[in-house]
Amino acid sequence: MAAPSISVSKQRPRTQWIGKLIRQLLFYVLLILLWQGLTALHIWKDYLFPGPLDVWTSLKGFIQDGSLLIAITVSLRRLLMGYIISLVLGLILGLLIGSNRYVEETLGSLVLGLQALPSVCWIPIALLWFGLHEQAMIFVVVMGALFSITLGVDAGIKNTPPVYIKAARNMGSRGLALSLQVILPAALPSILTGLKQGWTFAWRSLMAAELIYITVSLGGLLEGGRDLGDISQVFAIMIVLVIIGVIIDATIFAPLERTVRKRWGLSH
Amino acid sequence: MSQSTVNSIRDIEAYSEDKASPLAGVNSLQIEGVSKTFADGGRIVEALRPVDLSIAAGEFVCLLGPSGCGKSTLLNIVAGLDKPSSGKITANGKAVHGPSTDRILLFQEAALFPWLDVQRNVEFGLQQAGVPAKRRKEIAHHFIETVNLKGFERSYPHQLSGGMKQRAAIARALAIDPAILLMDEPFGALDAFTRDHLQDEVESIWAATHKTILFVTHNVREAVALGDRVIVFAPRPGRVIRDFRIDLPRSRSLEDHKLVDKAAEILDALKSEMQLQEQEQKNGSTIH
Ligand SMILES: Nc1ncnc2c1ncn2[C@@H]1O[C@H](COP(=O)(O)OP(=O)(O)OP(=O)(O)O)[C@@H](O)[C@H]1O
Ligand SMILES: [Mg+2]
Repeated sequence: MAAPSISVSKQRPRTQWIGKLIRQLLFYVLLILLWQGLTALHIWKDYLFPGPLDVWTSLKGFIQDGSLLIAITVSLRRLLMGYIISLVLGLILGLLIGSNRYVEETLGSLVLGLQALPSVCWIPIALLWFGLHEQAMIFVVVMGALFSITLGVDAGIKNTPPVYIKAARNMGSRGLALSLQVILPAALPSILTGLKQGWTFAWRSLMAAELIYITVSLGGLLEGGRDLGDISQVFAIMIVLVIIGVIIDATIFAPLERTVRKRWGLSH
Repeated sequence: MSQSTVNSIRDIEAYSEDKASPLAGVNSLQIEGVSKTFADGGRIVEALRPVDLSIAAGEFVCLLGPSGCGKSTLLNIVAGLDKPSSGKITANGKAVHGPSTDRILLFQEAALFPWLDVQRNVEFGLQQAGVPAKRRKEIAHHFIETVNLKGFERSYPHQLSGGMKQRAAIARALAIDPAILLMDEPFGALDAFTRDHLQDEVESIWAATHKTILFVTHNVREAVALGDRVIVFAPRPGRVIRDFRIDLPRSRSLEDHKLVDKAAEILDALKSEMQLQEQEQKNGSTIH
């Protein structure tokens, strides 16, 4: 174990945190100004490259008529439901693969192969099996996240420091209690990596699926913009997608990862 | 010894009064012909030649020897976490077939669970045994006090210093109330000052609880300061070469000349054994 006495604290004082925020804000303001400048030069046609004001007007319209809120709700609900299902299945599969050699040799190799498959490839199957239906969307999300989560759990179990298992067995822990109280928490840093990767894959495949299956949803609005030839709408929705991604990472995954890495002694 | 240590020892005495070892005087640990050979990818490593040891209940036994002589191997086998290649171990009258809470192993790296705070780490073994939450809390509280970690119940291992981690690990082991404590270089990674301090604490805990302790160390003086016996190991292949009995009165000072003499004697025995071995190896290689 590393000597804590010589570690340099990476925790930033409050003033630096504010400084970072100001720098970021400045960057985005400059970016928007640059964007506005570019549009003013009329290098590209207006219907190919909208200005920030057009995009804002478009976005404001969606906010005001409530369709953006509905679209976000629909898409995030699909994401959440699919994600919860893949979380449960991924934990079970990962535990099985990680703790049994025979399951690893068989099911493990299959999961490895499926993980390499781009998750968009599940869309045709989803549409054939479930039709243009809510289940199809959720299926695509599950397939997007499941294998990353499974492999994260599996890797975590394999990398559990043996000394934790020894200590736990010595203290009378075995079977399910050992799995749930020691192996799983010990694997948490690696599971989190899988969870995070699973979420990005799920989010991407959901958007791909929503482009095909047009309902009121974020992907639907995006595809709707293309249908109408409304480039401002396309830009507006893309910005919303980026913002949602950043918010989910900043409010869920980043703090989780920070806490776990720190507590598990993987960073200071 | 600090005042709080003295107080908490009184507490332990009170705590263990109702369960004072019924085996006092009886052999606590019987090691008969225990050996271990690892087959490491085609290469055969004789980690431990057959060892015979018998250890009385309440005895403090130090296992001393250079790196790679099979001390950890033996401790893991005694803990039941590893199987011997041959031989038999009997602990408290029962044959050892696997891990048990009457023999708790303490590791060099403390091995506290990083996802549990000190309180819940100490409660872990009790929880596995199905002790009710309230009783668990009381016992944990008691042993956290014993090792002078009061006020750190809610701290996580990453917030503790190396010495505090070992204290917490000792509390976690004591909470299970094993008859035998197996300590594998628990203070190896600590500075000399903290080490001295913890040696004192372990000695007083031992004196108060009458536990049998097997204590692995590289440090000759540490072994002589703590042990009723010092078992000396030699490497390649790992084996026991001497069994010294230390009759110096306690508590012993590291500066006491009798202790220093004894340590020198033990070191000499180890050195001459290793020289003899080198000589043999040289002779062996010239013959072939
Ligand atoms: N799992 C293993 N596979 C192969 N060889 C092993 C294994 N564990 C230990 N050994 C070998 O057995 C010998 C004894 O190891 P052991 O860890 O018991 O020594 P030790 O006395 O505890 O040393 P140290 O003081 O450095 O901790 C060493 O030569 C080591 O390389
Ligand atoms: Mg060792």
